[in-house]
Amino acid sequence: MKGNEALAEAAIRVGADAYFGYPITPQSEIIEYLMTARPEDRTGMVVLQAESEIAAINMVYGAAGCGKKALTSSSSPGMSLKQEGISYIAGAELPCVLVNVVRGGPGLGTIQPSQSDYFQSVKGGGHGDYKLIVLAPASVQESVDYMKLAFELAFKYRNPVMIQSDGIIGQMMEKVELFEQMPRVEPDYEWATIGKKEGKPATFVTSLQLQAEEQEKVNHRLQAKYREIEQNEVRFETTMCEDADYLLTAFGSCARITRKAMEMARAKGYKVGLMRPQTLYPFPTQEFNRLAGQVKGILCVEMNAGQMVEDVKLSVCGKTKVEHFGRFGGVIPNPDEILLALEQKIIGG
Amino acid sequence: MSENLIKPENLVYKKTDALTDRVMHYCPGCGHGTAHRILAEVIEEMGIQNQTIGVAPVGCSVLAYYYFNVDMQEAAHGRAPAVATGIKRVFPEKYVFTYQGDGDLAAIGTAETIHAINRGENILIVFINNGIYGMTGGQMAPTTLQGMKSSTSPFGRDTKTMGAPLKITELIAQLPGAYFVTRQSVHKPGNVRKAKRAIKKALEYQKLDKGTCFVEIVSNCPSNWKMTPVQSNQWMEENMFPYYPLGDIKVPEEN
Repeated sequence: MKGNEALAEAAIRVGADAYFGYPITPQSEIIEYLMTARPEDRTGMVVLQAESEIAAINMVYGAAGCGKKALTSSSSPGMSLKQEGISYIAGAELPCVLVNVVRGGPGLGTIQPSQSDYFQSVKGGGHGDYKLIVLAPASVQESVDYMKLAFELAFKYRNPVMIQSDGIIGQMMEKVELFEQMPRVEPDYEWATIGKKEGKPATFVTSLQLQAEEQEKVNHRLQAKYREIEQNEVRFETTMCEDADYLLTAFGSCARITRKAMEMARAKGYKVGLMRPQTLYPFPTQEFNRLAGQVKGILCVEMNAGQMVEDVKLSVCGKTKVEHFGRFGGVIPNPDEILLALEQKIIGG
Repeated sequence: MSENLIKPENLVYKKTDALTDRVMHYCPGCGHGTAHRILAEVIEEMGIQNQTIGVAPVGCSVLAYYYFNVDMQEAAHGRAPAVATGIKRVFPEKYVFTYQGDGDLAAIGTAETIHAINRGENILIVFINNGIYGMTGGQMAPTTLQGMKSSTSPFGRDTKTMGAPLKITELIAQLPGAYFVTRQSVHKPGNVRKAKRAIKKALEYQKLDKGTCFVEIVSNCPSNWKMTPVQSNQWMEENMFPYYPLGDIKVPEEN
């Protein structure tokens, strides 16, 4: 199955109540698949093409505020347009799933794959102090699995969760095992607007606190939640790190290419391991710090000009050398140049 | 207290349960309080308080969710029709309304307004048009009249450089998705009664699933128009009503 189509099918199977989206390359297959699959007949799921990315994210706000499982998807320029709504959703503490099939930027950029939205996804994107949980699938299978995980985490923490895919994973075809259809559930959350209950005060969903002290309380509550997420939800995958002298790190599709470079380095006799963060937020800080005590250097490989490398550096606190190798603007690195960079910047450097 | 003193058979008037007891923050003489009240009264009279979900805008009525005793969501500036779309699509059996001002609905939210109505979203949009940005302190709105002074048109609105006041209600009435479109006011008892009837009709139509109902209420802003409440109502009659004439603009064909 194609990555984007697998995401769409997973959204139906997870029992999502509503999808709101707007076409943009390279993720339009998500809404096209959903429109064709007629989920309204299968599960009663609503699929609607909005007039803009802005409208789509605000429709998600409305549905999520009703306690329903809602999602939207887009690619980089469209994701920029959604940032206002995402900030409101984070502020109002609503659960939802966002899919960003990243393409090269800035501006209209290119329709080719990229990872240059790391900062936007991980560091906030919109205004105010808030965090998204960011999942980075490296395969079509993980895209499917993360759709389920994303909704679980979104409702567990009442927080928006982003699946940060890219043009490679979205467009490539792989074998995939789909989970069984899950039922849609009728929401009964006290925070959701489902109609006022007799004898109880009305519910409202808002991100507004006009009193500074009240807004600070909201921020403290959010920060406490983020610390809990950092405690509980870090996910990563390490490959051949036990005896590693050198470490490669990459996320998403780039980690697949970097793994090949690791195998080539091993064949040349270098003890190289691969660390792949699966959650970009919360970041696997402790694991990086631990590995930093063991290896002589870390090369962070990204399809951007150097974004995750900043979090790697913060994690290792100067314990070991950290370098970045990136191709960007839609160009995909090949394993040979990654190996060369590893030899020049880390092993020989 | 009053309930203890007045026998039920003698009670001629009481606050609707669809409003909370919270003191409204609106300025003296402002139409928002009356508009809130008639909408809330209709909700109570129809017995739909527990089936109604409202959407508050950004603007003077940003805190409307404190006053309406129904479940509500606070939308980003201009996005209320999109938020209402999200609500109505997942809860088609609920009554959904937005309550928006002119800057919210006719400037920053124009796209959301037009497209929600064009899709015929089965919601009620209550549009308060006072020709000014109230909450931010009296800046020019899309509906500010020609020559009207505001803090961002201090020498009066020059339509050559600032555009003409936008008759968004006439605009959206042309959309097939608009089912019932009317323009009302709440500055006199007779008008209040008419506006309330219009809102009631609009909410009753929501049961029919025929499209968007849109009730504009031309209103005043004594604070930012820098007038007394009485003066502002006179000014509204003399200046706003000729440009924004009251009455039904689109009524269902079967009526």
